[in-house]
Amino acid sequence: MKRVNVVIVGAGAAGGIVAKELSTAGLSVVLLERGKWYTPNDCRKDDLRNQRTTVLGNAFGPEDEGNPRVLVDAEGVPHIMLPSEGGYQNNAACVGGGTLSYGAMAWRFLPQDFRMRSIYGAPAGSSLEDWPISYDDLEPYYEKAEYEIGISGDDSGTPFHGPRRRPLPMPPLPPNREFQILEPAAKRLGLRPFPIPMARNSVPYNGRGPCMRCRWCVGFACEVDAKNGSQNTVIPVALATGNCELRTECIAREILTDDRGRARGVAYYDANGRLQEQLSDIVVVSACAIESARLLLNSKSRLFPDGLGNRRDQVGRNLQGHHYTGAIGFFDFDTYDDVGPGASIAISDYNHGTPGLCGGGMLANEFIRLPIQMVDRMPAGTPQWGLPHKQAMRSFYKRNIVVMGPTQPIPTADARVTLDPTVRDKWGMLVARISGNVHAQTYEIGLVQAQRAEAWLKEAGAASTVISAGKSTTVYAGQHQAGTCRMGDDPQGSVVNRNCQLHDVDNVFVIDSSVHVTNGGFNPALTIMAVAYFASAALVGNWKGTGFRS
Amino acid sequence: MQSSRSSVRLTRRQFVTAGAIGGAVLAVGCSAHNHGSRDFLSDGQALTLAAICDRIIPADDFPSASQAGVITYIDRQLARTYRRHRNTYRDGLEQADAISRNRFGRNLAAASAPQQVEIVSAIERQNRKFFDLVRSHTLEGYYGSPRHGGNRDAASWRMLGLAEPPVLGRAQYDLRKGPAS
Repeated sequence: MKRVNVVIVGAGAAGGIVAKELSTAGLSVVLLERGKWYTPNDCRKDDLRNQRTTVLGNAFGPEDEGNPRVLVDAEGVPHIMLPSEGGYQNNAACVGGGTLSYGAMAWRFLPQDFRMRSIYGAPAGSSLEDWPISYDDLEPYYEKAEYEIGISGDDSGTPFHGPRRRPLPMPPLPPNREFQILEPAAKRLGLRPFPIPMARNSVPYNGRGPCMRCRWCVGFACEVDAKNGSQNTVIPVALATGNCELRTECIAREILTDDRGRARGVAYYDANGRLQEQLSDIVVVSACAIESARLLLNSKSRLFPDGLGNRRDQVGRNLQGHHYTGAIGFFDFDTYDDVGPGASIAISDYNHGTPGLCGGGMLANEFIRLPIQMVDRMPAGTPQWGLPHKQAMRSFYKRNIVVMGPTQPIPTADARVTLDPTVRDKWGMLVARISGNVHAQTYEIGLVQAQRAEAWLKEAGAASTVISAGKSTTVYAGQHQAGTCRMGDDPQGSVVNRNCQLHDVDNVFVIDSSVHVTNGGFNPALTIMAVAYFASAALVGNWKGTGFRS
Repeated sequence: MQSSRSSVRLTRRQFVTAGAIGGAVLAVGCSAHNHGSRDFLSDGQALTLAAICDRIIPADDFPSASQAGVITYIDRQLARTYRRHRNTYRDGLEQADAISRNRFGRNLAAASAPQQVEIVSAIERQNRKFFDLVRSHTLEGYYGSPRHGGNRDAASWRMLGLAEPPVLGRAQYDLRKGPAS
């Protein structure tokens, strides 16, 4: 196989951007993706088999067969998890990664989110730390992501955001009924509500039409291709350069190293299960926080007996996601208007500034609840089965609003990904083993956030409310998984430097949510994208390799 | 109705009427073969399961679980995605019938509605794993997509007042004008 400049492992939010940036700069790129390339025709509207409700499996990978992980519970007992089970903490396995089927909230973190330790101090037992880069460093790349991926929204109504040079490229979608109910209530409470920024076309953009406002959004591929991910933006651009080859259904086995400890390529299993070697000058790992850590840990050699880049036992630590909490309100009038995506209005008033607690998170109304997603969201005291349950479904399906949000987790070094000592996947590779938990203070903040959501719903006229602020006994990383290859200036406490380059190996980069030092009180997709642009610019700027720059 | 594979397709109204006879649809359809048109459950297991599912979602103005195809849904999944739950189902259904015979001298399907409620409550206490599975799968089959054999004719979606097929979307959307407000 012809040697190339760069192999990228994973064609998700970050990998797609890196592929586009490097291939347009003239580097030759092979982009490996373990999953398939789906199209808008794969939407299928199957409410039991998608990336959000997975009782009959994940629509966009991985499949249940042959892809286990191990979750260690609070008592230290390991459990084998299938990709369709919550404890597996799946994101997706396909071209586009999570961005094919996500809800597509496209948040910039706040300037404070990059300086959590400086602002709050690290709570005892936590590994809370500042990022080595600032909001200002990332701002131009947030903007680039907003324009190249395509974001709609308008944050001019809230003071709670960092400075931006340009407004978002598309206006928000018109408000749905929940927006109209929640907006005046928030204002009466002195809050600053605004439309959620979304990677979703509100007007024709980038050669594709706008959202048709159907109810099958989060968890589904967009039927009209109005939802913007790497699969319909940067990856086609990368392929059009002629410098990038995408190989689907190819799963990386290990990063190959030479006897000096530098990477020389990637060994992977192709779609037919055959072991292949793709040699390269540079390896970029963009497989998402859990699988990126696993790939490094599985890349053992004489010089790296504990895994590539893991000389200081940092790979896999600080695993985090988001602790979602909130409340559901039940109303005496119809709140449902069947206008997707449903999620429409947010506040960032509570992301910081709660006395005695580190950070917080945004709060927003939830995406449209399909009927199967309502069955366990009933008013307090509703029996779980029998006629009263059926009647409650009828009474409240169209008369409820959910407000919730991602509480910024306080990381710990013990929440981590390691290799399970015995369990292997269908290719014979040791699988990821997830253990530990985020810091207990995360759950304290989560409860406060849920109470705030409840207060907002009550002000909006909810006749009754139910709070959701359950405390997880294990780390819940899920689709927002992050943190396992922390970015830092000090190699003792991090895996990569500010340019996402391994401290230990100068031609291996980890570019995805793994490098997030903290995960903000927001959905992380746009930050993953901004970091990918930032790191790509640094990589291209520092490239002195063969070929494109004489 | 000689066979559940009858080529006569019932309308929704006819179907609801037929279903009102209770588990009769199941019983009649499967007399010729042990498993009838099902993929996994035996006739007896299907009857017991229908009794449990119909206590979880009973009939009122709208179909019960089994009338809406939940048994078909669960049976199909037990032959596919839910193969791993087969033993739990086998044992749980047997246990439900055993409790029923013990208390009322007959299998669960033959017990009265109040007796069935009592047995399902007992199962909820004594075999939580099985009960939680059946409850989840019943709700999936009833409120989930009709493509998997349950929610026949989108009965539950119509019950909830969801337009089916949906009115929003491509049919009502003029791409030249931008988003509807």
